[in-house]
Amino acid sequence: MSEEKNNSATDAATHELAKSFAFTTKIDAIAAWGQRNALWPLPYGTACCGIELMSVMGPKYDLARFGAEVVRFSPRQADLLLVAGTITEKMAPILVRIYQQMLEPKFVISMGACASSGGFYRAYHVLQGCDKVIPVDVYVPGCPPTPEAVLDGVMSLQKMIKDRTPRPWRDNWQSPFEINGNTVPNSLTSSNTYISKGPRI
Amino acid sequence: MNHFITLQADLVSKFGANVFTFSTSPVGDHVIDTNKESVPALLKYLKEYAGFNFLMDVCGADYPTRAKRFDVVYHLFSTTGSRRLRVKAQLSEGESVGTATVIWKSADWFEREAFDMFGILFAGHPNLRKILTHHQFVGHPLRKDYEADKQQHCNSVTPIRFDNTPEQSGDQLDSKYMAINIGPSHPAMHGTLRVMAELDGETIVRAGCEIGFLHRCFEKMAETHPYNQVIPYTDRLNYCSAPMNNVGYCKTVEKLLGIEIPQRAQAMRVILCELSRIIDHTVSVGTGGVDLGALTAFFHLFTYREKVYNLFEKLCGARLTVSMTRVGGMAQDAPDGWFTDVLKFCDEMSDGVEEINKLMIGNKIFMKRTEGVCPVSATEAIDWGYTGPLLRASGVNLDLRRADPYYGYEKLDFDIPVGTKGDIYDRYLVRIEEMRQSIRIIRQVCKNMPTGDYTVRDKSIVLPEKKDVYGNIEGLMNHFMLVIKGLRPPVGEIYDATEAANGELGFYLVSDGSANPYRLKVRPPCFAIYQSFPTVVKGAMLADAIATVASMNVIAGELDR
Repeated sequence: MSEEKNNSATDAATHELAKSFAFTTKIDAIAAWGQRNALWPLPYGTACCGIELMSVMGPKYDLARFGAEVVRFSPRQADLLLVAGTITEKMAPILVRIYQQMLEPKFVISMGACASSGGFYRAYHVLQGCDKVIPVDVYVPGCPPTPEAVLDGVMSLQKMIKDRTPRPWRDNWQSPFEINGNTVPNSLTSSNTYISKGPRI
Repeated sequence: MNHFITLQADLVSKFGANVFTFSTSPVGDHVIDTNKESVPALLKYLKEYAGFNFLMDVCGADYPTRAKRFDVVYHLFSTTGSRRLRVKAQLSEGESVGTATVIWKSADWFEREAFDMFGILFAGHPNLRKILTHHQFVGHPLRKDYEADKQQHCNSVTPIRFDNTPEQSGDQLDSKYMAINIGPSHPAMHGTLRVMAELDGETIVRAGCEIGFLHRCFEKMAETHPYNQVIPYTDRLNYCSAPMNNVGYCKTVEKLLGIEIPQRAQAMRVILCELSRIIDHTVSVGTGGVDLGALTAFFHLFTYREKVYNLFEKLCGARLTVSMTRVGGMAQDAPDGWFTDVLKFCDEMSDGVEEINKLMIGNKIFMKRTEGVCPVSATEAIDWGYTGPLLRASGVNLDLRRADPYYGYEKLDFDIPVGTKGDIYDRYLVRIEEMRQSIRIIRQVCKNMPTGDYTVRDKSIVLPEKKDVYGNIEGLMNHFMLVIKGLRPPVGEIYDATEAANGELGFYLVSDGSANPYRLKVRPPCFAIYQSFPTVVKGAMLADAIATVASMNVIAGELDR
């Protein structure tokens, strides 16, 4: 009985002590806090959106206010892939490789109409959206989007990280270009018989 | 005209009377039609004896109903008297024409592009392989029987390889040297350029570049859209100075239509162009600084770019891709007080240019990294088809605003800076001085802003204003008719060029009288410039190659289209 009393007294004292210098949280929450406030972007700027992305990074809009100012061109050091600009068929394998090289946790923002859907380039050499090859978390509309819209996209992503929003589009993702080594899946070639015909130069 | 008649006599006496057909199009373009066998000899003669020192463009065109379906089209330019000449020859499928690479180095990539897009063969070309489409692409997309939206997927990346030139060992890598791949995802490659180099220590033994990572099929898109709907696509050619592309394209269509736009529209276009030139050069200088390790310059210069974005936003609502011009004039008039804002910006910018000058041009590290690095002589520059700031940095005084003036540039007072050595430092010097001159031009135009309408009022060219469409039956009818029928220039073709921030931006437009362009070829300035890269950096340090790419201001949007 007395032991129990002692214990509760100790607990109360610890509690009092804790209040003075510590706070309680969950491990997940603190990890998410860290993740969302230190997103290091890899700016995959290929076209016009890349120029607007420079504005987002630049002095007026200053992405640094959201903890994302450390621009890294090495995928190993980045956790946010910012696809800014048209992804062509020629570029797609490179984009996938960059995405694969990034370490978890990793996030993808697709900036602008071209990256999201091919935009107004319904054309023979343009990938109709980078989500055809990599999983995208946030789409930012616009051609190009205003810097405010990009900031909104980053904030949406931060909210997703905070709320631990499920991201089912990532669950079964695998590279469309190499499965079990180096074979090419049918999904990429069957829709166009063109590839196997004729000489290649 | 006199020149052309003398030239005709010369050519007839040299080659005989039956080889050429001479014509002058209604818009004043001089054209020589010939057979494919005579092309190389004719081009050589034109270069050596008729003073056509520039080969501006080589392109193809496809007419599937004709017996010989392809046209191969050469656009020549002479710096003496700013004369232009178009040489055309017909080819059927599988036929080849002699290469022009032995006459002009600039023909190299242009011929490869014509091969890639149409399958036109150039006999004797050292390296006739694909350039824009990916290596698994089958077919030639700009042929009329290729559907615009027929995509072909690519699932691999080509290994490091180099172009075949006579003195090099082709694709074989030399094990003595270290082969290195830079880009396309590399900070110095601006997103979409890929450079491969073979190094001996830090020295580049040979280099090669692969382009096409941003080939967005501009020319095919232009063929599938009505004339005015092509304007937003032109914005995205050189997206650092989007309005200049609008202006270049609209000027070409207007010239083919034979209309002259009102004074006020001309003045507004000049202001837009010069503002764009300033911001294009800020990006070039700023990112050039970043590539040399000077990050501050980029942040500092972007404050000025933002100011111009504000002006554009006030003018039309868009920041980067403004699409402000229409065929026939401007989309709308400038809002009240806009020209005062522009003048205010000029004051801020002229201080800014001096600051940039101190920050970059006077900086010791910057000078050491750029002075005497990878120089290009005037002859080389002309041979490669350099235009714009890079050509002037090499010491050739050619600026289309002076050589072939348009929109009242002939009445404006401005200087054309010319470098001496053609090294990287000179290129930046020229750009900084051009910013100063652009400010001068804008000030003059703003102070003498013509009054009047901002567009022509031809009901078969320009849509009526919204108040008329909703307010009276005539406006509604005219709107309906133009939307249904479309803007239809007369049958014919034209090559027209403007001085864009990077150099000569040319449009070769073929109209078949329908509402869409039949063929629209862009002559992008940095395409010609960038093809010289492997030669220019040979023997230099790897870090100098990075500085060279930056100084060339290669914009992937117009490089790959």
